[in-house]
Amino acid sequence: MAVEMLGYIEKPSPVHRLTGTTKLIGFLLWTTATMFTYDTRVLLILGFASIGLFLVSRIRFREVRFVLVFTALFVLINALAVYLFEPEQGVAIYGTRHVLFEGIGRFTLTAEQLFYLFNLILKYSVIVPVAVLFLVTTHPTEFASSLNRIGVPYKVAFAVSLALRYIPDVQQDFRTIADAQEARGVAVTHGPLLKRAKHSLNILLPLLFTSLERIETVSNAMDLRGFGAERKRTWYNQRPMTRADYLAIGLVFMLTIFSFVVTFYDGSRFYNPFS
Amino acid sequence: MNTFTTKQIVATGIGAAVFIILSRFAAIPTGVPNTSIETSYAFLAFMAILFGPITAGLIGLIGHALKDAILYGSPWWSWVIVSGFVGFGIGLVSRRINIEAGGLTTKGILLFNATQAIVQAIGWILIAPVLDILIYAEPANKVFVQGAVAATSNILTVGVIGTLLLVAYANTRSKAGSLKREV
Amino acid sequence: MTIQFDHFSFTYRSQSEPTLRNINLTIEDGERVLIVGPSGSGKSTLAQCINGLVPFSYPGTWEGDVRINGVDARTLSLFDRSALIGTVLQDPDTQFIGLSVGEDIAFALENKRVARPEMHETVERVARLTDVAHLLNHRLNDLSGGQRQRAALGGVLVEDANILLFDEPLANLDPLAGSEAMALLDRLQRETKRTLLVVEHRIEDVLSIPFDRMIVVVDGEIVADGHPDVILSDGSLVRAFLREPLYLSAARWADISIRPEDKPSQPDAFLNLFERQPIVSRLSEQMPEAPPEVSPSLELDRVRFHYRSEENVLEEITLRCAKGTLTTIVGQNGAGKSTLAKVLSGYQRATAGQIRLNGEDVTKQSIADRASRIGFVLQNPNHMISKHTVREEVRYGMQALTLSADEEERRLEETLRRCGLYPFRNWPIQALSFGQKKRVTIASILVRKPDVLILDEPTAGQDYRHYSDMMDFLERLKRDGMTLLIITHDMHLVLEYSDQVCLLQAGRIRFAGEPLTLFAQESLLRHAHLKQTSLFNVARHLDVEVQPFIHAVIQAERKERAQWL
Repeated sequence: MAVEMLGYIEKPSPVHRLTGTTKLIGFLLWTTATMFTYDTRVLLILGFASIGLFLVSRIRFREVRFVLVFTALFVLINALAVYLFEPEQGVAIYGTRHVLFEGIGRFTLTAEQLFYLFNLILKYSVIVPVAVLFLVTTHPTEFASSLNRIGVPYKVAFAVSLALRYIPDVQQDFRTIADAQEARGVAVTHGPLLKRAKHSLNILLPLLFTSLERIETVSNAMDLRGFGAERKRTWYNQRPMTRADYLAIGLVFMLTIFSFVVTFYDGSRFYNPFS
Repeated sequence: MNTFTTKQIVATGIGAAVFIILSRFAAIPTGVPNTSIETSYAFLAFMAILFGPITAGLIGLIGHALKDAILYGSPWWSWVIVSGFVGFGIGLVSRRINIEAGGLTTKGILLFNATQAIVQAIGWILIAPVLDILIYAEPANKVFVQGAVAATSNILTVGVIGTLLLVAYANTRSKAGSLKREV
Repeated sequence: MTIQFDHFSFTYRSQSEPTLRNINLTIEDGERVLIVGPSGSGKSTLAQCINGLVPFSYPGTWEGDVRINGVDARTLSLFDRSALIGTVLQDPDTQFIGLSVGEDIAFALENKRVARPEMHETVERVARLTDVAHLLNHRLNDLSGGQRQRAALGGVLVEDANILLFDEPLANLDPLAGSEAMALLDRLQRETKRTLLVVEHRIEDVLSIPFDRMIVVVDGEIVADGHPDVILSDGSLVRAFLREPLYLSAARWADISIRPEDKPSQPDAFLNLFERQPIVSRLSEQMPEAPPEVSPSLELDRVRFHYRSEENVLEEITLRCAKGTLTTIVGQNGAGKSTLAKVLSGYQRATAGQIRLNGEDVTKQSIADRASRIGFVLQNPNHMISKHTVREEVRYGMQALTLSADEEERRLEETLRRCGLYPFRNWPIQALSFGQKKRVTIASILVRKPDVLILDEPTAGQDYRHYSDMMDFLERLKRDGMTLLIITHDMHLVLEYSDQVCLLQAGRIRFAGEPLTLFAQESLLRHAHLKQTSLFNVARHLDVEVQPFIHAVIQAERKERAQWL
């Protein structure tokens, strides 16, 4: 059963060589910048920069295609929903109204709405390459130590590592349980809604008890090896920060500052070409 | 943070893994676009009662963020936060229900359902839309309709499946001492 | 470092009866101690009192004294103890916490805040010691069972704990990996002089290395404590329903008395007590059995299987299983055993080839139709059980068959009786033992009246008594005409119960035929990760024919076992 999920992809690239901490900080700053800004120019710059990074990382488009296609589809549907709910949202934001096409009833098409939807799509899109990049260039063993280094308590950081460690095991459990149910003629993947909801309980319960058992044995195993008594811990997979790391963090930091300045210098987070 | 036991940490990690797998494989589409029965929230509510607010809050945050990341490329922060909030909020009554020691009473079931309904209503109808408006400047009526649909579906899911999970779990706590072989 | 139990009893909080009673035991520094006992005897609880899981993870009533190096054990936290006692748990998978071997071995060091350069040095040293140095970057899924165990051992050794405690180290290993693991323990103990405590019930395998002492635990009490030579000769094991090494069973069958001075714990020396002549005359008294009637039930013809866009997992599988016979399927992890079971029971659809059941082509049947004719019992019963009581669970197996209520009730009762579950029919399943749960899952399949039953490791993790119960039960099913296929690593099961054995290697059948023929070919046996039992050595030593000899000893053993019930 092949399930497509994003995971680490080994490549000899400068992005891979950066420490997990650097990539985590970069990812968080980038996310913050795109969350606040709605300025078209900033979004475009961030967008081109993220495509540039993608090229440097030597990750090929087809290796992550399924995620990108899925996200693109989602973003387009979302934009369509926004239009159906509020065809005049752009007018409300930009304060002018240039009608391009009268349409039927409330469904007019204005230049403002088009521009707003373009920005909305852009805003959702620019974060994706960076997020994907962060995931596929950071070895999972570096996740926990990186989170810990930027200030997340180590116990929480370790829980993230455990989640990554046990996703394949839980997936295996789930598949086995679902197959066993299907063998009894209990269809969980098709059939009427109510029946499926009822049947889903027959998978949920075994999965729940299997997982509770697993929680117990794993926590015993960790206790027996002295987990959690100290206030801090060291990390086997932490790598020392290099010049390149500081340089990368500095660059992303400056880019973030720049995006904030450009976005907010006129008091509005929207870039308005209509006024 | 020092009261965070090893068992709670492991429950957070493995719980997040289960949350991810359930959202990926055990969501049942309802026929209404973008709305499905998310069995993962029934599981989250169960873990909240069993392990308390911090563990469940973290399961929601970590589980949802990782799920978005590995399946869709990027976490959808506004809804990630709500998942954490839902886990945390339901977990607040875990001590009062105390399923490990006291079993599950009708009063417990009612308390659980009242809490999950209130917490999820706040989360999906208030927090999620407001964050979507603030971050993405999406139209208010769209995000509130989305929130209301999510709230209804998730409250029902947790109300039915979540309650059944709790009942089934409480049943296993019954003592074997009274059991007799029958001929 | 010494461990001292003084008039010690322990009762788990959830239980009314003590699990350990009046334990008096002193373990000295550097001793090698083997703790044996049937399931539920309390031997694991004894181990947990030493490593601290009792009382810190499993609280209860503590009476008497346990002292570690003279210090009251209750004052030593789990963290304190982790520096004194290293524990390797039964299932190395659950112990594997890190995302890679290196990270997992380093786990204890990380917790003790060891600086990174020193940590890497220690990890590499220990990894060389346990022979996993080349695997440091590998993830759990890339490792074989033996490698997993060695990684787990490495994770414990980094702490320099003085006492090494192993809870059923052989439970999850195939026989070959098991004997390698024991050899590694032997070497480590010799080199480091640490105290070695092993809890096991597979006595013949574990005694492949020497121990100073053997302790037998039954019903929470120590019933025997002494040198293995003494314990093996005084009948303690048989009284505890444990299986003694097979060469000793052979000796008793041949009326050779077992005395401590004959060193029964050393098979090579003990072998010399056997004399050829009396055994040959004994064997001649036995009548050879006529081979049973053969009518093919399940036939596979050039079956192939691959997952989406991947290489074939199964290649050209051709196999015939006669009605009322038991076929065991052996092979290393990843050889395709489970996949074959899934293809047969319809969980997966064969890519090419034909599967026939009683002559009828069933290759294209849906999972639900096929599964009611070829039932598959999973290894872990918790993966199958979704109802509260035994009755509900077994009835649930019939839910897609649309039977009349009367018919359902009739089948339910018949199946419950057949599986020995009738007295427990209204019990919550969680209150049953592991072996009983397993039977519930078998019952929930049997109730559909399949023609073929496939079982994945039905005896894994069970002690001799439960193993025998299970196999006797399956033999009864076989006599009633059921065709059985069993995936297993257990060489006793292959040798003593199967009519046919099928060795899979890399998705192909390497061997299919008589078990003894397989066991006679050492190179094939190594591929199967199996070993010859000690009965082969005895037979070879005596220069008698293997088959009748093994058959005779095992029959004698079964007769003795029949008196247990």
